[in-house]
Amino acid sequence: MDDPIVLRTYGLAKRYRRRWAVRNLDLQVRRGEVFGFLGPNGAGKSTTIRMLLSLIRPTEGRVELFGNPLTRRQRTGLRKIGGLVERPDFYLYLSARRNLEIIASLRGDNSASDIARVLETVGLSARAHDKVKTYSHGMKQRLGIAQALLGSPELIILDEPTSGLDPQGIKEVRELIQKLSSEGRMTIFLSSHLLSEIEQTATSMAIINQGRLVVQGRVAELLASGENIVHIETPMADNALAIIASSGLATSAHVVGPVIECSMPRERVADLNRLLVQANIPVHALVPKRSLEEYFLSITEGASEQ
Amino acid sequence: MKTILGNEILKTSFKWRSYISFLAIAIVVPLVEIALKLQGTNMERGMTRGLSQDFLFLGNILNGYFVTQMIMNALWIHVPFLVTLGAGDQLAGEATAGTFRLLLTRPASRSRILLAKYATTLLYALALVAFMAVLTLGLGVLLFGTGDLLIFGRTFVVVAESEALWRIGIAFALATWGMWTVASLAFLFSSLVENGIGPLIGTMAVIIVFYIISNVPADLFTAIKPYLFTSYLDLWQRMFEDPIPWNEVLHSVYVLGAFSIGFYVVTWYIFLRKDILS
Repeated sequence: MDDPIVLRTYGLAKRYRRRWAVRNLDLQVRRGEVFGFLGPNGAGKSTTIRMLLSLIRPTEGRVELFGNPLTRRQRTGLRKIGGLVERPDFYLYLSARRNLEIIASLRGDNSASDIARVLETVGLSARAHDKVKTYSHGMKQRLGIAQALLGSPELIILDEPTSGLDPQGIKEVRELIQKLSSEGRMTIFLSSHLLSEIEQTATSMAIINQGRLVVQGRVAELLASGENIVHIETPMADNALAIIASSGLATSAHVVGPVIECSMPRERVADLNRLLVQANIPVHALVPKRSLEEYFLSITEGASEQ
Repeated sequence: MKTILGNEILKTSFKWRSYISFLAIAIVVPLVEIALKLQGTNMERGMTRGLSQDFLFLGNILNGYFVTQMIMNALWIHVPFLVTLGAGDQLAGEATAGTFRLLLTRPASRSRILLAKYATTLLYALALVAFMAVLTLGLGVLLFGTGDLLIFGRTFVVVAESEALWRIGIAFALATWGMWTVASLAFLFSSLVENGIGPLIGTMAVIIVFYIISNVPADLFTAIKPYLFTSYLDLWQRMFEDPIPWNEVLHSVYVLGAFSIGFYVVTWYIFLRKDILS
């Protein structure tokens, strides 16, 4: 049987000089889902996606594609993946068709019918012979999605696929993603800094902030269950973190500045408190901050004000 | 591998920038040859003045072979610049355009892509020198005919008409070999930066500094001269000496080859570990 998990990361981390862009990231993407990867600008989304697609080498941790590790030597997992990272850049002096031919041949299967099919899917067949130089941003974005669809991959990874598009373009891309996920067994990994966008398209999601995973789960459950962000103040943060992690009460927990930030259902907060006190951890404060939605809005607003 | 190489050749040949160097040669070479044709007899007299008391010059001195050898001498400092124009863009061009994100997220390994790009770089240098050879020699023979090749260098050498053509042919082949080393250095610099100008400036700076060091007769400079690849770039000139110092030619070929391989290995080491942030 096929492994239900198509993409998994273990303790993935990336350091640029002294700054950690991504830290200790564990993601699991299941077959067939639309996975929304949500975070404010600069949260580490693109760095993570670049590591998933072998553009950047992780400082720590590893990536597994379809159950096989992705390394410099072992890249076979990439055969079943199509990706679009950040801006859709192409060889501007070549036609759209030639660009697709080049990309397809790197996968090892360069069939004219497949190229015609992906151009048809994104509605660019009529302009296929024009140089990409003459394309509008929206058309390049669609061509970017087209190249990710070459060879009918099992997983496509799209980094902010609606960024820079007008409302009509956003609507088209959203409909395209819904069409792709409903049609086949294709898994879609989608990053965005807009909660509304993930809500509308994704079935599962992970929120990342300052390079760390905040929470991960099914969209419907996370947004409806009253998952809360809880801040715990204690002088024994390390011990407390270990206890929280082993208790399984919190979806995620890590140290942010002077506090431990936990993501957990509201009804479990009392259990967690009891556990910490029983372990002789002095708890100075335990504050349920906000619901997940409010929390996300607050971190994205904070980021956009900078 | 064949398709990846095909891709790279296609990309290079569709890029307008690739033809700047060819255009430069296509303008300069005919210009020089036509100028020579217009005032050829004066020049011929000037060259033979010092020698005409002792020698009797008969036949066609200002012939196609002579003109070719002269233009090679005049341009061989500038051709590295033209080679670098193409070679320096191979990796940096993809970084600038952001297309590494298309190229390196596929199953094809970075080693294979790098090798295809390097082969394209070498082909580019070869095409450029071959173009120069055909144009210079073809137009030269057309305008000036053939004859014995007279070299007015450190010593006065006469190369018989029957020998001139193959000597010029090998000279161009050796010039290509030298240009491959220059191209390899530009390729190395191309892996380090994300703009097309950097490798151009870097390579030319290295070549100019090394030339200067090679030509300053200080003891220190003389001592390091054998370790600079630029000291061997004039190997093709040995083809116009008599007798041809084959040992020296071979030595230069080995040294330049070793430099090329060395530059490629360094590039490979850098490129395989490089984080693509463009």
